[in-house]
Amino acid sequence: MDEQHKAVALISGGLDSMLAAKVIMEQGIHVEGINFFTGFCVEGHTHAIRQRDRARPKRNNALWVAEQLGIKLHIIDVIDEYKDVLLNPKHGYGKHLNPCLDCKIFMVNKALAWSFMEDNGFDFIITGEVIGQRPMSQRKETMPIIARESGADDRLLRPLCARNLPPTLPEREGWIDRTKLYDFHGRNRKPQIELATKFGFTDWAQPAGGCCFLTDEQYSAKLTDLWTAHGPREYELDDIMLLKVGRHIRPAANFKLIIGREDGENRYLEGYRKQFTSLYSTSHNGPLCLIDGNASRDDVALAARILARYSQGRSADLVSVCVQHLGGVDEQLSVAPLAPADLLEEWHV
Amino acid sequence: MFDAAADVELDTRGLLCPLPVIRTQDRIRTLADGTTLDVLATDPGVLHDIPAWCRVHGHEFLDSTQADRELRLRLRVCKKP
Repeated sequence: MDEQHKAVALISGGLDSMLAAKVIMEQGIHVEGINFFTGFCVEGHTHAIRQRDRARPKRNNALWVAEQLGIKLHIIDVIDEYKDVLLNPKHGYGKHLNPCLDCKIFMVNKALAWSFMEDNGFDFIITGEVIGQRPMSQRKETMPIIARESGADDRLLRPLCARNLPPTLPEREGWIDRTKLYDFHGRNRKPQIELATKFGFTDWAQPAGGCCFLTDEQYSAKLTDLWTAHGPREYELDDIMLLKVGRHIRPAANFKLIIGREDGENRYLEGYRKQFTSLYSTSHNGPLCLIDGNASRDDVALAARILARYSQGRSADLVSVCVQHLGGVDEQLSVAPLAPADLLEEWHV
Repeated sequence: MFDAAADVELDTRGLLCPLPVIRTQDRIRTLADGTTLDVLATDPGVLHDIPAWCRVHGHEFLDSTQADRELRLRLRVCKKP
């Protein structure tokens, strides 16, 4: 009996990687999935934070795809290693702070390293890439760059567009029948949807705006602001998590306010009260506010007035605000809510 | 509450998905077949993600309990081929 060959599939949770894995499974290959958590993933964290999203299905799409395919999925924490990809992308950024080409090279390289480290005898790697689908990372000229710089070389197979590319090792060795692979190209999704229908898939994730916060203009602006304020271009997981939550208002270079927009965000911010000076109204319902930076007494007073502006006491003459300083000292302030005209547009990050 | 303690306990409180799943996956890698594991968590997303992860890897998800906002999920490691 012929040896069954094994492939590792990069599973994002979207349709293309699901189809790519399925195409290869149909050829009798043993496939296992791998998914990387960079800290910038839109799903997972975010749906757990916001109250308004609580009615949405809380599924992890990569796990859901693995269940549909009946394959194992290995989820890998690459938060620390990913920093170098984001901070020093050899191939630069896309429209915002998205280092898509370096990211793909990194992930294929990690999948390769994992497949060797696990010593499971994986023979090749699959991705759901389609030539022309993404303006930065999925172009005809970037496909060989990813293969070469990841170290995967001809062990990297893109089943959905393989017939537009030179034959890879699994095709040349006869592990895979090239004629049963596809020649998709461009941004038209119709071929993928037809293939999904052929396989009997009726549901798949369609993340609006992509699956990575780094492609988001507002998020990238907040990250740029963070680096400007903190000095070195560095970050920890908490930094990038907090950028996903609340209103970010910077009245001065030395401090920024993070103000919850709804109950789910307020609860999430509560978890950071021991790391930041925090403020909340004691006289009216309202949000929780964290102060990031070194705020003077005048800055804290301004923060209290801004917080009051976002509380139900916004029309009151005075709002009572409790300031919990780092170290556990509480201070009570009575402030007039900041007038809307005094909350400058340029303060909003 | 469960009647008896699990063999091993993993604290993922304060972490949001998928980190509790990743910590569970990494911990189970070190555990023997048949070991029971309790995962403590605060992200309600684990109620979906950890059972799903168990299903795709063949581990047994036993049950979950909740007290206030704290969740406890019990699994049994299954490493049979």
